[in-house]
Parts: sequence; structure tokens; C-alpha cells
Amino acid sequence: MGTCLEVKGITKAFPGVVANDQVSLDVRDGEIHAILGENGAGKSTLMKIIYGLYQPDAGRISLYGQELRFASPRQAIQAGIGMVHQHFMLIPALTVAENIVLGGEPGKVRYRRKENEEIVRELSRRYHLEIDPSAKVGDLTVGLQQRVEILKVFYRQAKLLILDEPTALLTPQEIEELIQVMRRLREQGVPIIFISHKLDEVKRVSDRVTVMRAGKTVATLETAKTTPQELANLMVGREVVLQVAKPPQVPGETVLEVKDLVVTAGRVDKVKGVSFEVKRGEIFGLAGIDGNGQFELVDAITGLLPTKGGQVKFLGQDLTHAPVDKRTLAGIAYIPQDRQQDGLVLDFEVAENFVLRDYFRPPFAKAGQLQAKAIAEHAAGLAEAFDVRPRRIHAQAKNLSGGNQQKIILAREVSRNPELLIAAQPTRGLDVGAIQFIHNKLLELRAAGKAVLLVSLELDEIMALADRIGVIHNGRLMAVIPGGQATREQLGLLMTGVQPGKEEEA
Amino acid sequence: MFWHFLTQPDLWAQTIAMATPLALPALGGTFSERSGVVNIAMEGIMLIGAFFGVFFAYYTNNPWLGLVGALIMGAVISLLFALVTVTIGADQVVVGMGVNIFAVGLTTFLLNTIFGYGGTPTSTPHLPNLNIPGLSQIPFFGPILGQQNVVVYFMLILIAVSHYFLFHTNLGLRLRAVGENPQAADTAGLNVWRLRYLGVLIGGMLSSLGGVYLSLGLLNSFEPNMSSGRGYIALAAMIFGKWTPLGSLGAALLFGFATALSMVLQGSGISANIIQMLPYALTILALTGLVGRSTPPAADGIPYDPHK
Amino acid sequence: MNKILRGAVTPLVSILIAVFIGSIVMLATGHSPAQAYAALFAGAFGSPVNAANTLASAIPLILSGLGVAVGFKAGLFNIGAEGQYWIGSMVAVWIGYSVPGLPPVLHVTLAIVLAMLAAGLWGGVIPGLAKALVGAHEVITTMMMSYIAIFLSHYMLENGPMMEPGFTPQSPVILDSAVIPKLMERTQLSWGLVIALAAVFFVWWLLFKTTLGFRLRAVGANQRGAKYAGINVPLHLVLALFISGTLAGLAGAVQMLGVQQRLYDSFSSGYGFTAIVVALLANNNPFGVILAALFFAALANGGQSMQLASGVPAHLTDVISGIIIFLIAAKGIAERIQQRWQKRRNLTLDKGAEKCSGTF
Repeated sequence: MGTCLEVKGITKAFPGVVANDQVSLDVRDGEIHAILGENGAGKSTLMKIIYGLYQPDAGRISLYGQELRFASPRQAIQAGIGMVHQHFMLIPALTVAENIVLGGEPGKVRYRRKENEEIVRELSRRYHLEIDPSAKVGDLTVGLQQRVEILKVFYRQAKLLILDEPTALLTPQEIEELIQVMRRLREQGVPIIFISHKLDEVKRVSDRVTVMRAGKTVATLETAKTTPQELANLMVGREVVLQVAKPPQVPGETVLEVKDLVVTAGRVDKVKGVSFEVKRGEIFGLAGIDGNGQFELVDAITGLLPTKGGQVKFLGQDLTHAPVDKRTLAGIAYIPQDRQQDGLVLDFEVAENFVLRDYFRPPFAKAGQLQAKAIAEHAAGLAEAFDVRPRRIHAQAKNLSGGNQQKIILAREVSRNPELLIAAQPTRGLDVGAIQFIHNKLLELRAAGKAVLLVSLELDEIMALADRIGVIHNGRLMAVIPGGQATREQLGLLMTGVQPGKEEEA
Repeated sequence: MFWHFLTQPDLWAQTIAMATPLALPALGGTFSERSGVVNIAMEGIMLIGAFFGVFFAYYTNNPWLGLVGALIMGAVISLLFALVTVTIGADQVVVGMGVNIFAVGLTTFLLNTIFGYGGTPTSTPHLPNLNIPGLSQIPFFGPILGQQNVVVYFMLILIAVSHYFLFHTNLGLRLRAVGENPQAADTAGLNVWRLRYLGVLIGGMLSSLGGVYLSLGLLNSFEPNMSSGRGYIALAAMIFGKWTPLGSLGAALLFGFATALSMVLQGSGISANIIQMLPYALTILALTGLVGRSTPPAADGIPYDPHK
Repeated sequence: MNKILRGAVTPLVSILIAVFIGSIVMLATGHSPAQAYAALFAGAFGSPVNAANTLASAIPLILSGLGVAVGFKAGLFNIGAEGQYWIGSMVAVWIGYSVPGLPPVLHVTLAIVLAMLAAGLWGGVIPGLAKALVGAHEVITTMMMSYIAIFLSHYMLENGPMMEPGFTPQSPVILDSAVIPKLMERTQLSWGLVIALAAVFFVWWLLFKTTLGFRLRAVGANQRGAKYAGINVPLHLVLALFISGTLAGLAGAVQMLGVQQRLYDSFSSGYGFTAIVVALLANNNPFGVILAALFFAALANGGQSMQLASGVPAHLTDVISGIIIFLIAAKGIAERIQQRWQKRRNLTLDKGAEKCSGTF
């Protein structure tokens, strides 16, 4: 088999982080080559380089022996790179045929409807991807939409198919169909790169797998000759855990009780019946790979997303369908994942953001009127205590750096003395000092007998802070393990859907 | 009785005549919005077309050159609009409003500066009314379809051509793609900005033609603010017509009918004013989904930022 | 105080630039800018009578401009100020001539309050609910309601329920007890000015000093953040349009009760669109609205004198209006270009950090 794609020594750095560090791999004709890695491993950056959105700082890419540099996605497409994005680039209002031929329509002026539909049918037959060319894409299921994306790639005569997290939005049935499609394509000699974090799928479909971690390619193995444990090990590695002094503590009564929670986003159930509890004086860490439902779970607990089924009980109160402000008043504090969209109003002053959730309560308001002095005092105090820079509380929040914006949110939520603090990705994008600061605050809350629900994509963080760790995968809670006993390998396996001892997804 | 009016060919002839200055800008808006640019400046561009139509017609003593001149000026202001909204990404609604206000002032100012305060010269040539042989002899339909101003026939042809263009040509497909999902269109290799400029430009020229109809077709003069809100009604027609050429024509006919009816019903008992309210109320209902869903192109009004 | 000063800078700069461009146009058409502007100024402020009339013209602009500004603050584009103005006018006039025997203060108050309520509902109920429940764009809905309001007023006056016996399509004159008295004799300036200024303070207080204003501004700035803050977003969209409508309605009421004292059958007051420019020029700051409204009132009133004295057509003032809008859009452009720069910087910065935890 010839080598289709060769990637050698690709390096790409952004301010503050090296996303790809001497990445090398090769893809042979007629193989399905999986790229496996956690969030932050660098898979996405590598793919963006391959299809021309980014330019590498160093290294080279060759397609069938010819070294290529793509200045834009269009060039990559022309060279034969067929990228099927995780978020489809389709136009719902147009038909399948129209979507496929767009930008490369046959003929000069007239849109040749019949011919185009026939072309699509021909492609559809050749690659065994049954589809109705005259259907409107918006009416199709996600699985069928994905087929349209794949057919688009073949219409452009792609030499290489790259599937980026293709099963993220599919139902189990559709996943099965996709796997069949991939196998058939392989039989026809089409090389496929398959990016995933789901071990079981990688095991089932790929011929070889390249594991990436922290921007580097760690190993390339023949799939048949490796085990899930080995792969998980490579994926997750042995790294220094952030040293945090965590005094032992006996947890108290249950503060938050989640039972059989079901949350839907779009047409898919993102949370499929999750149950767990968080107690006083403990930090409950929720680990998982991005996109497995953890953020929808938290949004539902805090009231930003509606609950389809199950129950949320807080201090004995049923808050399943309560509005946001009721939950806040009951004592739930929330540091949201998207700090700029959800946690702050950027156009507002820093001071106003400090009271974003309490502006209507005394002493910040009396009889509907805002008490500017009380707000300013409160803001100044918090800014000082949490070292928000610059200290100008009347500046617009949008002028502050990301780290300082996060401090505002943290300060606000922590200082309202909540019974439960939910923190989603609280240290994302922050420097070491800020991260330490936030971790200490969380531990302070724990010591004070409060409950903390920490949702993080950083395994290190969870392992350092959590008393108990729950692992979420595909909308279900795989297991809850005591923090002290958990190992990276164990968590890594659970995060990719493998139950310890079993090989298939639970 | 009331129904007696419906048998008068005059009513229907007037309907078509009144519909034309609505259908043209509505068609123009369709092009613009199909490519993803909200364009409420139709009112202003109509005025510009109306004024410059008269201006060029008078100074060249040729109504057709007046028409061409108007189209050119319409294109110029559309280019300016596109530059500010597509390339620079400013708020399309605010800028559109700005064009309208600016156009009122500019055209009235130029009217007074160039032609003085007595109005435009009465010797200005105007675009001819046609009398199609054969067609105009048919009883009842004759006067309606066979004896309209030439611009009316342009309008009908343009509607048909536009329909074909948007839904049966490759370029039309690309234009629509850009208005639905510019990012997908970009990755498919389309030049989003160029296509949006095209949409805005065509839209502007069509609105301009609508204005020319008012000044050189129905009359042979320009009066201050003579579009009197038709650009906004055209907006409603476009929405009601679900952003399609045929729909725009249909909605324009409906609105035109309401206007013609009110003229014919004067002094009859049912207030003309109440009837004239109908099209606006219907538009609101359409927008709220009570009279069938009216959904705009998905990316309408959102400037395309390739770096997002 | 700082906020007030800050509110004045944007309109001033835009006005200066527009005046400058106007001068160029004048020179190009063979007129003397100095002479023209001098005449303009004299016409607007030259004598106590002129100044008073300019102030009087500013009143409806201040009020309707406030209305549009409140809408913008909540993220809504209320083009329907014109229609709300008419509704307010109709109700005010109707109460004005059909309810006898009330003491003046009560009569005026009643007329104003009902006018505001009607106009508020006109803007808040249908456009507001449509936006809140279905997401229907308020530009179209308020515009449509505007036309309906105008036709409604025509209906009322042309052989309709509000027409005065006779042949002229106009309403009866309002009763004396409903008249807002004049501040200055033989001018158009009434105590409506006080009402307008009071409204400015009220709106400023409402937006910046109350919890309701906090919520409205939050909804306008970031709907998701507002939801996180526990704010009922759809409700506040409706409220914003309602308040916006009441202010435009107040403009109508004050104009009717203070100046016209009856309702005439005309197609447009001209205030609806100018109000939009006023709000934009003032950058939606309530105090800036006063300045911007004064400017446009001066342009309108002084324009006639300018035309007489220097030959520059009065409609140049409309051209200046249009240029101002482009300038405001330009300010938006400058901001946008700056934002693009920032985004590009942040994108590369955040990309590094973000990708540690983003989706792959």
C-alpha cells in the first residue's frame, strides 16, 4: 500500500501554548487511521493545518509524495483533502444535490437539476451512501446529513477523507451505519482519517491508531495489536499532579440531589438519566471529555436549560422546574463555562457585574432603586480581596483580561455565601497564579462546610481537588470513585466509555 | 352594491399600476436579502431613482436615458451601502435608515437647487404607455393588461427572469447559499462578499427602477418625498411574499388592490382607510406565523466575518 | 455629572463634522457657508421668539427621541415612534374635547396619562409580544403598526368619529381646560418643555438608578447574561417596547395639548424618523437626546431663514441629517474595526488557552 498522506514535524504555537509539537504521522492508502487524544491534545489544530485553515510554523505535509502547503481551505479541497467537519457546513434550506454541487456546479448558466440529481445518485451508488438528491437537507436526520457531507467530499474528488469526531451527534443506530460506510470505503481503497476520543469505536474500525497528547504524537500502533488499557494509558499519560494541600474532611448532609436527570439539547438527549449527590464539606468532581453532557447537566441544575425528566432537589426543595432567580436565592452559586456570554454582561461596569445576580436585594437595592454607594463599596471590597486588575470598578467589564473577568465571576459567586457552588471550567485560560488562587478558594469553601460541584475537562484539576469523582460519558454517569483512590488510567478508561474489565461501551 | 366595483376593469388596471412601484423594490429587496443583507433603504433608493430619472431625462431630452441614469445612480448608492454594511459590517438596519433619511434630504435639496422652487420642468419627457395590439382589444382584460406603462411590462418580465435566475441558475443558487449559510458557502469556494455585493446592487437598481416608474412613468416630474412610504410597504410585500419574486408580485398586487380599491370606493360607506390598513395587518400576522410561516434566509442581516 | 458630560461629547463631535461637510456642499453650490450658518443660527436662536419656537420644536423630538433611545438600550429598534405619536395624539385630543367639566390640571393629566397608556400598548402589545414570543423583528412590526395608526387617524378625521362637523378633516378644538399653557406668549413654547425635561430625568433615573433599568439594559447588552442573572427576558422585551411607546405617545399628547390643540389630517409628523436620528446621535444617552433634539429643531427652524437670507435651500438641513447618520454609522465602523483588531488578537491568544479544553 502506498502512503497517501505524510505529516512530518508539524509544529504550531500560539501565544502561551504549543498546540502541535513535532507532530508526525502517515496515512496509507486504503486504511482507516484513527487519531486518538484528549481535549487539548492538539488533534483539532493538526486538522486545521491539514485542511488549510492554519499554516504551520514548521514541518511539512505531503500528499502522495508531493509536498504541499495550503493557504486556504479552498486550496486543500482542490488538492484532494476531503474534510467532514464535526459541525456540518450544510445549507438546510437547499436540497441534497444543491448542497453537494454548490461551488462546482456543472454547466454555465442554467442549474441542471436533473443532471445534478443524477450525478448525486451515481455518487450515492458508487459509495453505497443511499440518499435522496431532491430532499431538503434541513429535513434529514443528522446521520443522513453526514452522508451529504461525505458525498460533498467525493464530488470534489477527494483523495483522502478526514472525519472529525463523526459520531458526536449520531444515534447508536446511525453510528453503526457510519461504521459500515467506513468499512466499505476502505474496501474501495479510500484512505480515511478518523478523529475520535471514543476508544471503543477506534478499536472497532481503525487499522492503525496514532495517539496524541499535549501536542505531541505519542505513538502510532496497529489497532489489532493493542489493548484499550494501553491506549488509555498513552492518551492520559503520567503527569505531575498539581500539588494541593487538601486536609481530610468528613462530608456532611446531602445538599444537592440529582435523580435520573434527562436533559435534551436540540433533538438529542444530552443527559440520559444521571443520578448523584453532593454533600456539605466536599468537592464533587465531574470528569469527562467535552461534549458528553456535563455542561448541559450543570445548565439544567442551575436552571438555564429545561429538564426533560428526573429531579433536582436542593436542601430538600424540589427545584427541577424553578426559574433561575429562585435557585440563586435558594443558595446555588454558578460559575458558568462561557464566562463572557453567560457569566457577565460585558458592556456593564465591573461594579454592576459584581452584583449581576444580587442587584435586586438589599443593600444593593431599596424599593426598586439601586444603591450606588453600597454597590460601589461591595465592588471595591471584592476587587481588592480577589485582586481584580485594574481596580477601576467603573470600567466596562469588556476591557478586562479573561483572567480578571473570571475573577469577577468567582468573587461574585463565592462571596454570596452559597450553600452549593457549581464551577464549570473555572480555571480555563488562566495563568498558574490565578489557577492556584481559584483552587484555594474552592478548598476554603469546602473547609467551611459548603458543597462544591466542580466540572472540569482538566483531569489534573479534578484529581487534585475532588473528594469524589464522577465520570460522565455519553450522557451517563459511568462511576463515582473516591478521589484518593482514582488513577489516571482508570479515569481515562471511564471517560472513553470503557467499563473497567469490559471492552465495549457501557 | 359593493361587488359592482369588482367588475370595473379600471379597478384592476389600477391594481397593476399601483402594484408596480411596490413590486419592483420588493423584488429588489428579495435579491438583497436572499444574499443575506437586510435592506430597508429601498425607500431612499426609490427617491434617488425617481429624481435622477427626471434629471437625466430632462437634460438629455430622452426618457430612456433618464431611466438609464436613474439605474446608474441607484447602483452607486447601493455600492456605498454595500461597502458600509458588507465589507465593513456596520448595522444594516441603521445604515439603511440613514440612506432613507439622506435620500429625502438630498433629492429635495437638489430639486430646489437645480430646478428652483417651481417643480421640475413640464417639458420633461416621460416613459410611454404602451398599447399592445391585439391584447388591448380583448374586452375587460384589454385595458388591464394591454394598456399599461412600459415600466409595468418591464416589471413583469423582470419578475419572471428573477424567478428563473434565483431558482434555476447556478449563480442564483450561489446567491441563495450565501444568504443561508455564508460559512458553508465559503468552504464550498464561493466568494461571499462578491455575491452579497451583487445582491445589493441588483436590489438597488430594481428599487431605482421602481422610483423611475413613479416620476417618469406615471408622471413626468419629481415631487419631494414622492415615494411616500412605498419602500416600506415593499418591504412588507417582500416578507409577505416569502422572499420570492412571484410572492413579491402577489403581495404587491394585494397591496395595490387595496390602494386601488380605496380610490374606487371613495364615498361609498366602507372607509378607504380601514381597507388600506389590511395589508399591514396581514404582514404582522405573517411575521408571527399566524398566516403561514414566513422565514427569511437564515443568515439574513448577519454580517459575515470569516474569522469567527 | 461625568455621565452627563460624556453623553454630550458624541453628538457634539458628529454635529461639528456634519456642519463642516455642509459647508463644503454650500461652497460647492456657490453659497457662503458663513452667511448661511449665520442666518441659520439667527433663525433658530436669534431672537427670544425664535429661540422659544426652536425650543418648542425640540419638545416632541426630545420625547420621541427618548422613546427610541429606551428601545435601543434594550436592544430593540423601535421605528414605530411615528405611529405611537399618532395614537398618543388621537387619544389626547379626544379626551381633550370630549370630557367637559374637569379642572385643568386633572384634565391635562388624564389626557396625557391615557395617551401614554394607549401608545405604550400600541408599541408593547403587538410588536412586543411578537418579538418576545416568536422573535418577529420589531423593525417590521412597529413600522406596520405605524402605518395602521396613521390610517386610523385618517379614518377618525375623514368623515369619521373624531371629525368636526363641517367639511375640513380635522378634529374639534380641545377644551380650554385641556390646554397646556404657554411658557411664553406669542410663541409655540408651552409648559410641555418642562414635561419633556422631566421625562429626560425620569428616563435617566429609570435606566440607571433602578433595578428595572438594570434589567432592561442587561437584556439589551447580553440576553444570555441577562438570563443567567435571573431576568425574564421576554417580559422585559415587551416592557421596553411599552415604555418606548409611552414616550412617543407623550410626545404626541404634549404637541396636541400644548401647540396644535386639535388633530389635523396629515400623513406624517416628521418626528418619527427624526427621533431615530436624535437617539442615534445622542448615543442613547437621555441628556444627549436634549442636545441632539435641540440641534435638529434648530436645523428645522433656522433652515427657513437660511433659505431666505442666503439662498441655500432649507432642505440642506435634511442632507446634513443624512450625513449625520452616516457619521454615526462611521463611528460604529471605527468601533467595529477596532473590535476586529481586538478579536484577531484575542482569537490567537484564546485559541492557545481555549484549545486546552475545547472540543476536538
